[in-house]
Amino acid sequence: MNKTVNHKAWFFVLPVLALVAFNAIVPLMTVVNYSVQESFGNNVFFWSGLTWFEEMLRSPRFHASLGRQLTFTFTILAIEIPLGVIIALAMPKKGIWVSVCLVLMAMPLLIPWNVVGAMWNIFALPEIGLLGKTLNSMGFDYNYTRQPGDAWFTLILMDVWHWTSLVVLLSYAGLVSIPDAYYQAAKIDGASSWAIFRYIQLPKMKRVLTIAVLLRFMDSFNIYTEPSVLTGGGPGNSTTLLSLDLVKIALGQFDLGPAAAMSLIYFLVILLFSWIFYTLMTRNEEQ
Amino acid sequence: MARITLSDLKHSYMPNPTNDADWALKQLDVEWDDGGAYALLGPSGCGKTTLLNIISGLLIPSHGRVLFDDSDVTALAPEERKIAQVFQFPVVYDTMTVYDNLAFPLRNRGVTEDLVDVRVREVAEMTDLTAMLKNRASGLTADGKQKISLGRGLVRTDVNAILFDEPLTVIDPHLKFQLRLKLKELHHRVNNTMIYVTHDQTEALTFADKVVVMNVGEVVQIGTPEELFEVPHHTFVGHFIGSPGMNVLPCDIDNGAAHFAGQRVETANDADGVNGRKTEIGVRPEYVTFSDQGLDAQVIRVSDTGRFNVVETQCGGNRVNLLVGEGAEIPSETTKIAFNPERTRIYADGWLMGREASS
Repeated sequence: MNKTVNHKAWFFVLPVLALVAFNAIVPLMTVVNYSVQESFGNNVFFWSGLTWFEEMLRSPRFHASLGRQLTFTFTILAIEIPLGVIIALAMPKKGIWVSVCLVLMAMPLLIPWNVVGAMWNIFALPEIGLLGKTLNSMGFDYNYTRQPGDAWFTLILMDVWHWTSLVVLLSYAGLVSIPDAYYQAAKIDGASSWAIFRYIQLPKMKRVLTIAVLLRFMDSFNIYTEPSVLTGGGPGNSTTLLSLDLVKIALGQFDLGPAAAMSLIYFLVILLFSWIFYTLMTRNEEQ
Repeated sequence: MARITLSDLKHSYMPNPTNDADWALKQLDVEWDDGGAYALLGPSGCGKTTLLNIISGLLIPSHGRVLFDDSDVTALAPEERKIAQVFQFPVVYDTMTVYDNLAFPLRNRGVTEDLVDVRVREVAEMTDLTAMLKNRASGLTADGKQKISLGRGLVRTDVNAILFDEPLTVIDPHLKFQLRLKLKELHHRVNNTMIYVTHDQTEALTFADKVVVMNVGEVVQIGTPEELFEVPHHTFVGHFIGSPGMNVLPCDIDNGAAHFAGQRVETANDADGVNGRKTEIGVRPEYVTFSDQGLDAQVIRVSDTGRFNVVETQCGGNRVNLLVGEGAEIPSETTKIAFNPERTRIYADGWLMGREASS
């Protein structure tokens, strides 16, 4: 194939370039700019090299919030992915109940994130919330505003409630695309339900599950609104995830340099993990 | 291995069928001999796949019984019936190798690995898959995948019958012929009952010893390819099989003889007992010739198909096709045509008159 040389075509790309520049490249470069400078106020900046990065990577505070973030993300992935697949398998494939189930499943996804946080904040209150009150009346000493364990429990429950639907919908889409002949052939071959899942359903869901894992990973790693409204990072720092910590440093303490360095490290961590997931899950396809 | 008997079988996809059109399968009584190669031939929507799914157990008929030898299997699930089925679109287990695909039905049945290995290698050799055993099944071409589907049926030693549901639909034309030969060869080797569903007459006639022709939920005729060609029991069979199909011409019955275009036509069967039904004569284009005496006809069109010419003529207000050998002289415009009396038959309401006597 011969490539047509047409330099005028560049003009058509310009508007997009301008748009991307203003909403992505310029802000990102501003962050890069802050990350290598020191400021003592009055808008005076000094070159500081990679000191912020070194400081951040050695900071016990950063290690702690990164640890909490990883714990949170991997916990919700470990719950939401299998749970989503199980629910998708249990959903009806034909009839009017399909629409009912799909609408029910889509509901949590439609609720604004801060509303989700506010809902759970009230729902889990130990004295008046339905969940909190029930747990306490059942004899559990439950108080998410005071006990870190309870805060974590509530946070994870909330995320599972909010986002498992996404995994369900994606898995369901993968499941219904499997032609009937596969199930018929498996029946004739005498396959057990487990074998049908393992050799037909799971392989056919692989692509959508890759997407589900990536989306859930990135979204949960970036999560801010819901924990901010639910616990505000507390009690203490026990639920201060990366993004909450970042906002505290950047806007609470106004340490622009360390915050910028942290943002870039944060970004690279997400990029790295996404790449690892993607590579692992698509590894077998070329063979 | 088993003889398959379908007794008084009917099926409707509706819960309460009321009229004729609600039945996907009307009244069916068929017996398939053990080890035979059968084809189910008919146009799309005639009930072939429904019938096949009833035999395989994927569908429970609304009425009637399915017998394997003498045991009633009507209510048994597919895995209990010991049948194998090859589907229209290749079904392979993508993540497995070809070897594991072939071994899958045996492993599911708890066969020991030694025996699995022996069977898989034997079947791979039969289906020309030996070189690919280590490959992933997803990487194979459509015909390779269909061979795997077939192989999964062949590895089992307990199979009563192998069913094919238009298995060559997605295969390239030049490979269809090879795969068909392969099937035929395998049938001779394993001597299993094979039932092959298709709407393609060439596939049916080349594969099967006996062809079951179906139309709108009914079996119209069961016979060898030759019988279907020479003595169609129904005008549908005459028309559906053969290219071009049989000429079906409206006729009047007078004194027990057929009259077409104002002339008496000699036929192989007589018209006793017509009783006012709609009568037609059927004659294949192969048995219509140009002659000095006979019916007046005008040549309208000649199509060259390679080995012979199809000549389309207008005769007594109807279209009559002739098959003329390559190189034979074709008269221009007005001429006379004659029907071979041995091969010309009277049909009443579509059915061959005196069918029992002639077949």
